[in-house]
Amino acid sequence: MKQQRMLTHGVILGVFCLGFGLLLAVTNRVTAEDIAARALEDRLNSLSQVVPDGIHDNNLVADAIAMKDGQGNEITVYRATKEGKVTGLAYEIFGSGYAGKMKLMLGVDAEGKVLGVRVLAHKETPGLGDKIETKKGDWILRFTGLSIGNPPVDKWKVKKDGGQFDQFAGATITPRGVVKAIREGLEFFAAHKEQMMDLSAPKAPMKGEH
Amino acid sequence: MATQYKTIVRDGLWDNNGVLAMLLGMCPSMAMTTSATNGLGMGLATAAVMAASSLLVSLFRNNITQEVRIPVYILIVAAMVTLVDLCMNAWMHELYKVLGLFIPLIVSNCLPLARLEAFAAKEPVLPSFMDGLFMGIGFAFALTAIGAVREITGSGTLFADASLLLGPAFKFMEMRLLSADAGVLMMVLPPGGFLVTGLLVVGKRMLDVRAGKAIQMGCAHSAA
Repeated sequence: MKQQRMLTHGVILGVFCLGFGLLLAVTNRVTAEDIAARALEDRLNSLSQVVPDGIHDNNLVADAIAMKDGQGNEITVYRATKEGKVTGLAYEIFGSGYAGKMKLMLGVDAEGKVLGVRVLAHKETPGLGDKIETKKGDWILRFTGLSIGNPPVDKWKVKKDGGQFDQFAGATITPRGVVKAIREGLEFFAAHKEQMMDLSAPKAPMKGEH
Repeated sequence: MATQYKTIVRDGLWDNNGVLAMLLGMCPSMAMTTSATNGLGMGLATAAVMAASSLLVSLFRNNITQEVRIPVYILIVAAMVTLVDLCMNAWMHELYKVLGLFIPLIVSNCLPLARLEAFAAKEPVLPSFMDGLFMGIGFAFALTAIGAVREITGSGTLFADASLLLGPAFKFMEMRLLSADAGVLMMVLPPGGFLVTGLLVVGKRMLDVRAGKAIQMGCAHSAA
């Protein structure tokens, strides 16, 4: 008797799992294509903020290679090309902020000058550290056009550390982390320029996710 | 019959409100209410999930045995949440970018589970659907209220980014009430969530007392 009831429970649970499993499988199938398309759009959008549309005639996401950065993170390097020549690169850089890791996207041109930087993800304090977002302030725009050498490498710091970049009121650690991440990102470019600009390197598979 | 629905609606929206009376679903009520828009969005997503899962549980209430009911409820809520998550990602992508991170949190919200157990498991389909829907709308109302207070005091705005959530037609809702640096930072940080929720719970009870009602303790098991 008891055995039989145990079996009934199992069957009920199993039927529900199967039913809802099927429902979700179908939904996943139906939405998969749209979701991938949206993710790709997002990616292109965030890339177009750090690599101006005017300097390339290719699809950045299609022309990407996978590399390992200085800290051992797997990164994707997106290449902007115009008439077959590399005119710019965009890749993720990482900094440590007040509340953990910050993820940024850095765009540089073929000479190593910053085309643009944007914050992709961070956990900084709302109202203080989040001024690094373009939504909350234009602090991050000041890096455009700069490179290692302009200012010199020992000035790539916040003012408090003797460098040339303003920290903002109430937050030093966040801007310090951002400045350091950008400096390291530019140094990474300088050290791996050949490899990053090599158009014959195998392409990274197209990935949508962030 | 009509009185039953009236009770359901009033219970959900005010008398037995999920947040303000039952104090359930505290995690999203604290985490998601840094602005009125976030609170509203989270509340509406929760309402959709609650209405759908109440309907389903009520539909299958005679097939689900007592012993396996909890796993089945969780399964149903989780499936509905995943469904909403996938559909929003594909077809309401702007909204998804605002809320996406928080949709999966609905699974761990105890309010839907409480209503399934207390109401949908015993009542017919239509009342159950209404209960889920109005409990959800009441939840959205409470979250929006908490969010509004925190947003005004913390950032000086009200319904900022509402047009991202509801469409460009709702741009008029976006208001700036105080200057940008007048906000008290604490209010958008976690302590503000506790403070405002507590104050609103007190406020609700004071209104009830003034209206001559006996203070109703939140009760997850008050079947209409």
